[in-house]
Amino acid sequence: MAVKTQKKAGAIDMTAMCDVAFLLLTFFILTATAKQPEPLAVDTPNSTVQTKLPETGLATLTVGKGKVFFGLVDRDIRIRTLELMAQEYNLNFTDEEKARFSLIDGFGVPVGNLKQIIAMTSSDRNKEGLQPGIPMDSIDKKKDELSRWIFNARSASAELKDKDLKFAIKGDAKLEYPQIKRVMDVLQDQDVNSFNLVTGLRGKDF
Amino acid sequence: MAELNTDAGGGKKGDKKVRSKKSNAKVDLTAMVDLAFLLITFFMLTTSLSKPQSMDLGLPDKQKEDEPKDDIEVADDRTMTILLGENNKVKWYYGKMDAPIEGPSDSSYGKSGIRQEILKKVQSVPARYNNDPKKGLIVIIKMDKKTNYKNMVDILDEMAITKVPTYALVDITPEEKALLSK
Repeated sequence: MAVKTQKKAGAIDMTAMCDVAFLLLTFFILTATAKQPEPLAVDTPNSTVQTKLPETGLATLTVGKGKVFFGLVDRDIRIRTLELMAQEYNLNFTDEEKARFSLIDGFGVPVGNLKQIIAMTSSDRNKEGLQPGIPMDSIDKKKDELSRWIFNARSASAELKDKDLKFAIKGDAKLEYPQIKRVMDVLQDQDVNSFNLVTGLRGKDF
Repeated sequence: MAELNTDAGGGKKGDKKVRSKKSNAKVDLTAMVDLAFLLITFFMLTTSLSKPQSMDLGLPDKQKEDEPKDDIEVADDRTMTILLGENNKVKWYYGKMDAPIEGPSDSSYGKSGIRQEILKKVQSVPARYNNDPKKGLIVIIKMDKKTNYKNMVDILDEMAITKVPTYALVDITPEEKALLSK
C-alpha cells in the first residue's frame, strides 16, 4: 500500500500551475490593451505606410495642444543629455536624480523645473496638464530650449553610440500645420532633414 | 482543486486497479496549461513588438530653400501642385500657377478623390518624356496655416500609395492662398 501511495505522488498536480498561467495570461492581455501612461496624450493620424520605428537611437517629439514634449529611447543617452544640458544651463543634478531621470520616457518642462519633475512619482508626473511643454518661443531659434535638447541629445548619441540620432515626430491629428512646421524648422536648422512621422495603421481600402 | 476523486480511503487512495478506473473523473490540466503558456508567450511577444507605425519624411536642405526659387528649373508639364486648406479642402493644378495646363480644380481626399488625378499624372508625365525614368512627376504640396496635421499625413500617404517619384512640401504663396479661399 505504501508503495502505491508513492506512485500516486508521481503524477503532478497541474491545478496551481494552471492558475498561475491564467493569472499571467490575464495580466498580459490587460497590459496589452491598456495604453501606456503618457504625459501628453495625442491622437496620431493614420497612414497605410508600414515602416516601423527604430528601436534604439530614437528621439521622439510629441506635439499636441500647443505643447512639445521630448523623449529619448536609450537610457544612457538620456543621462548624458541631462549632463550636457546641466552644463549649459548651470544646473547640478545628483547621481540619484540622473538615475531617476533615465527612467522618464518623455517630459515637457522648462529646464529649470526639471528637478521637480524628477522628484515626482511617475503617476503624478503623467497627470494631464501638469507639464507645460518645452519652451520653444525665443526669437532666436538656436537658443530655444527645445533646440538645445535636440542638439545635446544628438551630441550625446554621437559620443556614446557613435551614430546619428533619429527623430520621430508624433503629432496630434487636429494640430495645425504651422505648429508641426515650427518643430520641423527647429530640426532643419540643425540639418536634420530626415525624420519619421508616427502614424497609426489604416485599412487597405482607404 | 480540480481533483474530483472522492476517495473514501483517505491518505491511501485504494487499489491501483480501482484508481485507474476512477481516473476519468480527474481532469487532466496538462493541455490547458500548455495552451495557457502558449497564449502567454504570444501576448508577451506581441506587446513588445507592437511598435507604432511611422512614415519617413525627407525634406530638402534648408539653405537651398532660402535661395531664389528660380534657380531650380522644372518643366511646367512635370509639376502638379496640390493646395491644402482648412476643413479638408483640396485644390490642385497642373503646370504653372498663372497659366495652368489643367485645373485649378477642387478635389477631396481618399481613393475616389485626388488619388485618381495623381495616378493619371504619374502615368502621363513619363510618357511625355519618352518614358525617361528620371523625368517623372513632381508633386508640390502647399499647405495653408489652417491645415491640420491629419491632412498633411493623408496627402503624404497618397504620395506613398501612388508612388510619386518626387514630392516636396513648399510654403504657400499669397496668390495661392487667395486661390484656395475662393
